[in-house]
Amino acid sequence: MRLLAAFAIGLIFGLGITISDMINPAKVLNFFDIAGTWDPSLAFVMAGALGVAIPGYRLVFRRPAPAMEQHFQLPDTRLIDRRLVLGSATFGVGWGIAGFCPGGALPALGTGDPTVLLFLAALIGGLLLARVLQSRFPARKPA
Amino acid sequence: METAFTPWASLGGGALIGLAAVLLMALHGRILGATGILGGLLRFTDPADWSLRAAIIAGMATGPLAWLLVTGELPVIDLPVPNWGVVLGGLIVGVGVSYGGGCTSGHGVCGIARFSRRSLVATASFMATAIATVFVIRHLLGGW
Repeated sequence: MRLLAAFAIGLIFGLGITISDMINPAKVLNFFDIAGTWDPSLAFVMAGALGVAIPGYRLVFRRPAPAMEQHFQLPDTRLIDRRLVLGSATFGVGWGIAGFCPGGALPALGTGDPTVLLFLAALIGGLLLARVLQSRFPARKPA
Repeated sequence: METAFTPWASLGGGALIGLAAVLLMALHGRILGATGILGGLLRFTDPADWSLRAAIIAGMATGPLAWLLVTGELPVIDLPVPNWGVVLGGLIVGVGVSYGGGCTSGHGVCGIARFSRRSLVATASFMATAIATVFVIRHLLGGW
C-alpha cells in the first residue's frame, strides 16, 4: 500500500511533467532564451504547481504527522550560505547547457530515449563526484 | 528552434506536479524533490526507504507510458544539444544540486510552497545562471 501510493504519486508527477511538456528540453531551454526564441511556458508550470502546493501544504501541516509515516521529514537548516547559492548557481549552468533538470529527466526515462540515459548517467556521476568532494573537503566542521 | 507557448497545458501539468508534492507530504511526509529522491537511491542503507524512492521514480518514468496509452504517442524529447554537452551538463547539474541541496522540484516547487527563504534564494540563483548560460551559448558563442 505504501509503495503503491508512492508509485501513484510518482505517476502523477510524471504525467504533470509530460502534459506541461517540461519533459522536452527544447521547451525548457526556450524559457531561458529570453533574447531569442522565448517560450514563457515554464513560468506557468511553476504557477500551476505553486497554486496547488501552497494551499495543499497548509492543509497537510495542520496535521501532526503524515498518514503513512511517523513524522514529517523536513530540511532542518535555514542557513543561506555560499554553499547554497554557489551550488544552485552551478546547477543553473548545467541546466542551461543540457536543458534537463533531474525532475524532467526522471519521467523522460520512460520514453527510452538514449540521450536521456546519457544525461542521467552523467547526473549520477555528478552526484557521486559531489559526494567524494564533500567527504574530502567538508564545508563546515562537524558539530 | 521555436516551441509553442502553451499556457493552459502548462498550468494543468503544473497543477498535477503540485498535487503530487502535496500527496507525498500528506502520506509519506517527504519533500518531492527529484534530487533528494534520486540521491537517496544511491545509498543502500535502509531497504524500506530505498524501495519507497524506487517506487516514486518508477511511477515518474511511467508518466510518458500512460500518456502513450491515452494519446497513442510518446511525448517528444527534442534535445538540441550535442552529446558532449549532455554529459557535461549532466555532470555539472549533479555537482550543483548536491551542494545546493535541491533542484527545480525540491527548491522551486516544494521549498517555495512552504515559504522557505533558502529555496527562494536557490531558485533565483539557478534560474539566473540558466538564463545567462543559454544567452552565452546561443547569442555569444552561436551554439545550440
